[in-house]
Amino acid sequence: MAENNAAGEKDSVTGRHTTGHEWDGLKELNTPLPKWWFWTFVATVVWGIGYAIAYPSVPWINTYFPGVLGYSQRNVVTAEVKALEAQRAGVMQKLKAVPLEEVKKDEALYVVAMTAGRVTFAENCRACHGAGGEGRPGYPALAGDAWIWGGKLADIQQSIVYGIRSAHPETRMSQMPKFGADGILKAEEIDQVSDYVMVFYRPGAPALPGAAKGETVYAENCAVCHGDKGEGKRELGAPALRSSVHLYGDTRAAVRAQIVNPKQGVMPAWNARLDEATIRAVTLYVHGLGGGE
Amino acid sequence: MFVKHETIEKNAVLLAVLTTLTIAIGGIVELVPLFTIETTVEKVEGVRPYSPLELAGRDIYVREGCYTCHSQQIRALKDEVERYGHYSLAAESMYDRPFQWGSKRNGPDLARVGGKYSNDWHYAHLANPQSMVPESLMPRYAFLANREVDPARVARHLRANKTVGTPYTEEQVANVAADLAAQADVNAEPDALAKRYPKAVQVQGDGRRVTEMDALVAYLQVLGTMVDFTNPANEKLQQ
Repeated sequence: MAENNAAGEKDSVTGRHTTGHEWDGLKELNTPLPKWWFWTFVATVVWGIGYAIAYPSVPWINTYFPGVLGYSQRNVVTAEVKALEAQRAGVMQKLKAVPLEEVKKDEALYVVAMTAGRVTFAENCRACHGAGGEGRPGYPALAGDAWIWGGKLADIQQSIVYGIRSAHPETRMSQMPKFGADGILKAEEIDQVSDYVMVFYRPGAPALPGAAKGETVYAENCAVCHGDKGEGKRELGAPALRSSVHLYGDTRAAVRAQIVNPKQGVMPAWNARLDEATIRAVTLYVHGLGGGE
Repeated sequence: MFVKHETIEKNAVLLAVLTTLTIAIGGIVELVPLFTIETTVEKVEGVRPYSPLELAGRDIYVREGCYTCHSQQIRALKDEVERYGHYSLAAESMYDRPFQWGSKRNGPDLARVGGKYSNDWHYAHLANPQSMVPESLMPRYAFLANREVDPARVARHLRANKTVGTPYTEEQVANVAADLAAQADVNAEPDALAKRYPKAVQVQGDGRRVTEMDALVAYLQVLGTMVDFTNPANEKLQQ
């Protein structure tokens, strides 16, 4: 220690003081810290104290010291989101106010709507309906003109807002009976009506053997929703059978399976996740994918 | 007044006492807030312990290492809130042992994936992700549909969670098997389950057995849905 070396013994080689400690004849030099290092160290200590005073730092017993600046990441993000909303408010308000059919007439507004719609679609809708709205087996195509619940702007908007067979009380709901699983039809009747439905699926092809009897079964059980000629009823969400687009496959086996124990697809209601203006933007985007009516 | 270094260094007992004291101060500063954590984690309405099926699904999530590619934490940053919704709250993972916040996003954040897609979608996507999202890098988990969940094991797991402080009621502990079966079968009567575990989503099991796929889907479908952010009572979520 330096104070033990009051005599100021100096090392003869370096000319520096020694600390006075000695180990088997070796003595420790008392070399001072470099000035730049020492003052940088002091500066970091001062900075650290200042930072701890300014920002949330020390834990108390059951809370923490919030810092004199009152900084909170949550306040920052809340303010940022508010600022973003304010920045968009003009155009989003307009998007809410203008009837959907007329948005297209306002070119600037339409561009904004399509951009917002495209981004929102990519994040939320693409996983089921495909990047271009091409659909997947069990998930309807949005780019075509085979609509189950309708392809007008208002129809699309309603499907997005409330969903289909979703948990929302106002959801679009259609329920095809389990004609086989619940024993409504006999196995042979199901075979017959499957044969008959194939007439719709493959117009022009030779009719399957049960088709003639199946027509009666169809008229009594299916026509009320799917229509006398298999044209479907959109207000009931009953898909057209006389069509080349089929949600669950176009083989006879798929048709039979769908009569025995129908698959019932679900689309969530989006009004909890997306705001009104954004839903309108997605509606316009989906409408513009190619199949809008 | 000042004890000299030399005095401390030459006195082993004094050195031991002062070293212990120094470490103790650091320890107290770090530990005391944890003892009082009940009051430092904000109170949020709606967060409940996982239902038996969700708990089993969470186990599979951990076992399969989902956290290595999916985070469950929406950070308080503008871009994240824009994409995923309200930033995650500490209370939302208060019954996670351990939490699944993660730090890597090869896939999207899952903190609010619950209800975003249909049950059918999750089954199809887990079995073959590329069938739903062609550009996806996710491996297939079709084998989960062939592995059964053992109700006895889930019951033990639930009791273990209760032991370490998750507030499962006696009623919940007693009905593990019933709740497990009810949530895995979309045709089962949902009332008892919904009463014990509000917002629990029934999944499309075949009603004969409960598979790991059912469990994982049930878990994914509850993520981020427990807190109702439209409820004004939850508006003040600043600490």
